[in-house]
Amino acid sequence: MSGFIKGLLGFRRGAWEMLASILIALGVFMLMQPFWLVAFTYSFIVTLVGTVMFIIVSHFQE
Amino acid sequence: MSGKVVDTLAKATPPRLARKFKGLSDRAIAWIFVAPTIFLLLAINIFPLIWTIRLSFTNFRVNRVNADVKWVGLRNYERILSDPDIWQTMQATAHFLFWTLFFQVLIGFALAYLINKKFKGNDLWTTIIVFPMMLSPAVVGNFWTFLYQPQIGLFNYVVSFFSGVDPSSFSMIGSVDLAPWAIVIVDTWMWTPFVMLICLAGLRSIPDSIYEAAECDRASKWRQFWTITIPMVLPFLMLAVLFRGIENFKMFDLVVQLTGGGPGSITELTSINLKREAFEKWRTGYASAYAVILFVTIFGLASIYVKALNKVKER
Repeated sequence: MSGFIKGLLGFRRGAWEMLASILIALGVFMLMQPFWLVAFTYSFIVTLVGTVMFIIVSHFQE
Repeated sequence: MSGKVVDTLAKATPPRLARKFKGLSDRAIAWIFVAPTIFLLLAINIFPLIWTIRLSFTNFRVNRVNADVKWVGLRNYERILSDPDIWQTMQATAHFLFWTLFFQVLIGFALAYLINKKFKGNDLWTTIIVFPMMLSPAVVGNFWTFLYQPQIGLFNYVVSFFSGVDPSSFSMIGSVDLAPWAIVIVDTWMWTPFVMLICLAGLRSIPDSIYEAAECDRASKWRQFWTITIPMVLPFLMLAVLFRGIENFKMFDLVVQLTGGGPGSITELTSINLKREAFEKWRTGYASAYAVILFVTIFGLASIYVKALNKVKER
């Protein structure tokens, strides 16, 4: 966990890609889950932030 | 390309054309060849995407081209993301996506594993299994509606034969509980051969020497399956899941022919719902926002999936 945080602080690609992937997966889950309408409402913004973040951080150094 | 072929090609080039290209660098010639493709890509993919994003912030209706187009900001997005009907179509899509992928991977891999074993009539069985994939989705949808008929449908009679249930007592495409499964069954029937073919390519790419080495080490068949077969087929399997996942996320023709989104809107997948908003209700701006949401979702998912696929390939 500390390695992951260090990676985020050091702008390492792996850690940031992981964070972006988690956001995308969370957004898609929120979009398609059958339990909570509020989660559906905020799903798109979560997915969008994750996707944009993924595009940006995939240009960071390893 | 050998020098002789290059010379022949050079001699065959008309002198007028040769004079035109004389003096151009290799890079410039490469650009001349690539430019039409880039232009088409921009015209067919990128421009419509940018135009759709722009329209998603307006109240534009394509059937009222002379009406004033107002900038509505994020209102279209707000309305879509707080609409319980669209939420329901997302759940229907999730159900369809999850179960079709699950069954197609399971059955497709099992079939590939069987076909990979050398036996008599192997090629004939491969052709027979691949047959559903060659049919048009519209045709498949149409004839499965007959198979699902409660009175005359073969499907109901087969179920009745094995379970003892009266064949006319249930309707696969008329029942709210069964209709989502009816579309899953048909898509699985049609596209399992695709997954099978990709898995078969993966299985045939594994060298026999690896299994022979495992045999020497006295590894059991079960151990060989989990430590050789599965890891080496995994990249192929993931590729099949990616292709089928993207295809099924935008599934339209098969389901429209089969259930038309019904009964009610229980099998109305996002693409069907989107088409209704865009070309039946003519809410172009609203439908554009809907399309942008779907695009971002698929793009995001595909990004992390391709990353995972590359990691598996590197192993």
